[in-house]
Amino acid sequence: MRIELVKRKEQSKAMALLSPVIAIALTALSAAIIFSLTGHNPALGLYKFFIEPLTQQWSLEATIDKATPLILIACGLAICYLSNNWNIGAEGQFIIGALFGSFLPILFPDFENGATLPLMLVSGALGGALWALIPALLKTRFNTNEILTSLMLVYVASLLLDYLVRGPWRDPGGFNFPESRMFSDAATLPEVFGGALSLATPITLVIAIVLAVLLAKTLKGFEIRVMGQSPRAGSFAGFSAKGLTLFSFALAGALAGLAGTMEVSGALNQLLPTISPGYGFTAIIVAFLGRLNPLGIIVAGFVLALSYIGGEAVQTALGVSNKIASVIQGLLLFFVLACDTLILYRVRVISRRAPGGEASHV
Amino acid sequence: MDARALTKRFGDILANDRVDLVINKGEIHALLGENGAGKSTLVKMFYGSLEPDGGEILWQGNRVKIDNPATARELGIGMVFQHFSLFEALTVVENIALALPNPGRMADLAKRIEAVSKDYGLPLTPTDVVADLPVGIRQRIEIVRCLLQEPRLIIMDEPTSVLTPQEADRLFLTLQRLAKEGCAVLYISHRLEEVKRICHHATILRHGQVVRECDPTKETPASLASMMVGADVAAVSASEKKANLGGVRLGLKNLSAPAATPFATALNKISLDLRAGEVVAIAGVAGNGQGELFDAISGERPVRSFMIEIDGTACGTKSITWRRRQNAAFVPEERLGHGAVPGMLLSQNVVLTRHATSDGLSWGGLVSLPKAVSIQERIKRDFDVRMSHDNPEARSLSGGNLQKFVVGRELDRKPGLLVVDQPTWGVDAGAAALIRQALIDLARSGSAVLAISQDLDEIFEIADRIAVISRGYLSEAEPAEKMTRERVGLLMAGGAETQGDVA
Amino acid sequence: MFEAVLLTVITAATPLLIAAIGELVVERSGVLNLGVEGMMIMGAVMGFAVANLTGSGALGIFAAILAGVAMSALFGFLVLNLVANQVATGLALTILGIGFSGLIGEAFIGVPGLKLPQIVIPGLSDIPFFGPVFFRQDAIVYISFALVAAVAYTLFKTRVGLILRAVGDNHGSAHALGYSVIRIRFMAVLFGGACSGLAGAYLSLAYTPQWVENMTAGRGWIALALVVFSSWLPLRVIVGAYLFGAVNVLNLHAQAMEMDIPSQFLSSLPYLATILVLVLISANRRLTLVNTPACLGKSFVPDR
Repeated sequence: MRIELVKRKEQSKAMALLSPVIAIALTALSAAIIFSLTGHNPALGLYKFFIEPLTQQWSLEATIDKATPLILIACGLAICYLSNNWNIGAEGQFIIGALFGSFLPILFPDFENGATLPLMLVSGALGGALWALIPALLKTRFNTNEILTSLMLVYVASLLLDYLVRGPWRDPGGFNFPESRMFSDAATLPEVFGGALSLATPITLVIAIVLAVLLAKTLKGFEIRVMGQSPRAGSFAGFSAKGLTLFSFALAGALAGLAGTMEVSGALNQLLPTISPGYGFTAIIVAFLGRLNPLGIIVAGFVLALSYIGGEAVQTALGVSNKIASVIQGLLLFFVLACDTLILYRVRVISRRAPGGEASHV
Repeated sequence: MDARALTKRFGDILANDRVDLVINKGEIHALLGENGAGKSTLVKMFYGSLEPDGGEILWQGNRVKIDNPATARELGIGMVFQHFSLFEALTVVENIALALPNPGRMADLAKRIEAVSKDYGLPLTPTDVVADLPVGIRQRIEIVRCLLQEPRLIIMDEPTSVLTPQEADRLFLTLQRLAKEGCAVLYISHRLEEVKRICHHATILRHGQVVRECDPTKETPASLASMMVGADVAAVSASEKKANLGGVRLGLKNLSAPAATPFATALNKISLDLRAGEVVAIAGVAGNGQGELFDAISGERPVRSFMIEIDGTACGTKSITWRRRQNAAFVPEERLGHGAVPGMLLSQNVVLTRHATSDGLSWGGLVSLPKAVSIQERIKRDFDVRMSHDNPEARSLSGGNLQKFVVGRELDRKPGLLVVDQPTWGVDAGAAALIRQALIDLARSGSAVLAISQDLDEIFEIADRIAVISRGYLSEAEPAEKMTRERVGLLMAGGAETQGDVA
Repeated sequence: MFEAVLLTVITAATPLLIAAIGELVVERSGVLNLGVEGMMIMGAVMGFAVANLTGSGALGIFAAILAGVAMSALFGFLVLNLVANQVATGLALTILGIGFSGLIGEAFIGVPGLKLPQIVIPGLSDIPFFGPVFFRQDAIVYISFALVAAVAYTLFKTRVGLILRAVGDNHGSAHALGYSVIRIRFMAVLFGGACSGLAGAYLSLAYTPQWVENMTAGRGWIALALVVFSSWLPLRVIVGAYLFGAVNVLNLHAQAMEMDIPSQFLSSLPYLATILVLVLISANRRLTLVNTPACLGKSFVPDR
């Protein structure tokens, strides 16, 4: 048996919509196999993992809380990936954003007024953007591979966070625990919808919609897509590759930094040695599952957030390790990438016995 | 070689439909046809790169199955590819070793290469790295690679398209010697003059079918052309009215630029004045700095400000967008990936080059797609761009239709200055005639046209003045009626260099 | 003292060396596999688990190599057969590897590990200074040197190597001459997977004989940077790996000496050094462009 790809004359619109769905279905199938291999009822496992979190209000709220930073980070990453800039250091930009957002409530705890929170958010976005500009500048100035540099900076950022919460920023009245002081009320992101959700969620949704419009309707959006598909044609159109690299990294960093600040200000209320369960990396999966489209990313962020909550759920209910969540996330990205092939190619499976004869099209 | 009823399909398209072809020992056999007639598909089946869907191949009377180029080479079939199958990072001897089943020790092979290449008048230095060699030498590597396999059939795909006329003459001598030694040659070309000159027999393909066989020595280039196209080809008329020269639209003043990469060509003190109302053509063999020159004029690669003037304004550092706003327009050599984004709709590709000009396509950062669609429709109508449905992705268009679109997109703006690199490269005769006529008409209407081309027929058809580029030097542009092919050939082979140095 | 430092440099450099030499072969064939970290961590966990369950270090190494190969096969199928984006698929491989290793390794956290025995080479090991440093090592260290020598020889002195370089330079030409681009690349990818798996096994069986989640700590990524550093020349990988091994060790020794530098700063040195090295190498465009495989990261679909 041999697999052969036949290039489609044009992209398949149907497949562009269907491929994430197929990918999720295949992931669910693989999850079922893993559940049965570890000696659990696959149907029950799938139900606990994918369905049950949706049926209760608290778990639904928890899912949305987790989806929020994922969506915000993934939107920025989508701009990067669409323009062929491989920023994989969002985790670091998230952390540095959180640090920039936190210096106000930690170092100036008495500065409490209406400006506190907006200043924190702006400063967080700025911090993320600056951190992201490091690999971008190295790429434009020295032609350095941005994949490796942006990733290296993740390790540096988490070590910096670790140093600060164990050292200079440690809570003076905190019995030597590695944590910062708690944020004041003025520095805490308010809740909305009767306390059900953090303000982070509506902010994120608005940003996602703005970015969707930017991509679909503006010249900047056009520039981003042209540069990603064909940089030579982009420079022929008069667009600057370097400018766009700086723009997309700065934007992605700002959004990741904003997400970081909103996470510490809303959910954690202080800095800890670890402030993210790998949001910056999971957001990469979200970006691809959402087909690099901000509206798709909203849905995809929800799906991935569900896997965090689902992981906890199966651990409590079945005693399966919650590590299964990251396995399922990894598998999902694999299937998404594999299914994307269907958009550009028809896959033919040819049996070796009948060369050029029997062929089934997919 | 005797091929019977060979058939090949790609999806819904029948690329070869029951093609019969007999090639005899010692014969130089021409395979003629328009682009897309199925010539390449056919020879790829002979060479084992493609598997036929039907029919059979007889080799010296025996039925054979050629499922791999290695099999073909074992049988004694060699191929010289149009776009070469060489490895730039490797040396000559390594390149040749890759095509031999048992290359033996590299040092021994190098000696054989030197001997054989000298014997056939195609001398090579085995230790050279291909990336540093000009196209003419690269082709020699391909030919010597075939010769070392002691082939009984050599397939050549458009071999002279990269050669100067003098280099081509030398190649013909080699081919005639091979034929005398009993080797068969299958010769693909669209240069009908040379087919008439050296080929013994011709097979003509149209839409994947054999339409005629003939003796080319008894035909004229015009009769061969009409057999290929299936109708008389409209001759391009340069309209008797002599060009009404206006002021200088584009001035190149000692334009120099270092090579951007180790494999690129540097530009050396290029000077040229292009006036309104004329077509100036720049001839040259591929890889002599044409792409670099185009990028400098278009503004994709900035140079010193004084080096380029548009309508008298120095603009070597200005962006391509600025130059477009000065009513200049550009058509690059690569249609897909440079002139157009393959995966984007034609209307989006209109936005690509016209978002900053006064077409109202972009307002306050927002793009007006309906307007782009209507411009796209106008181009389609005016330039006869054929497509399967409205506003498709650029990559779904055939080469000729996409070229008509890419040229049409700029002509539709009525530019005062048009710079076009390889205006009809890989385009069928009908589309080529239409494009060439459009270029001449644009110049006669008072614009300046600079056409960079490697096709001498085209150059003599459209140019008022001709300059030649060689290793980044440009010869002085001289009136076309005073130029001959021989003179252009000498300039291509380095004459432009010495002249450029003096100037 | 210096002898002891050098010994730790070797242990720190060996996993980088093995992973980088494997990836070098992969990239020479024109494929960019960013999943080294994922394959390495799978090698680490499988090597530890199998060695622990069977009591055999050799079986552990074998399992680690197998794990790396299996992971790379998954990658190869996606990027070569399904022409998926190489960068994204490499990331997916890393994410999957980290997830899977966490799941498998959960049972082995805190379990005492098995340390590979030293193989003392008689005679040579008695040479003062050099003997103990270079000839009293475990099997994998010897393998790492043999591997580099074998790769260097194969790439530049044999036909297989010539074909591999040709495929990485121009897949279109290689296909036109009748070479099966996809099959050759698949082999290279599997070799890279085997090396990454072996490198992972070294971490969990020799470097720190225990299982710690995320124990590769970015070494797979550093190995990728080393390939760039070496400008795709095998012998330069040794220089790079030992340089980085030294940076790593510097950090350990400085911490042991309780200098007044925050430990986090010292821990971040390898990552900062990687960035610095990448900048220095990439800024020299001529050097990088000449040796970079021209088809690196580009997908290939044969026409039929």
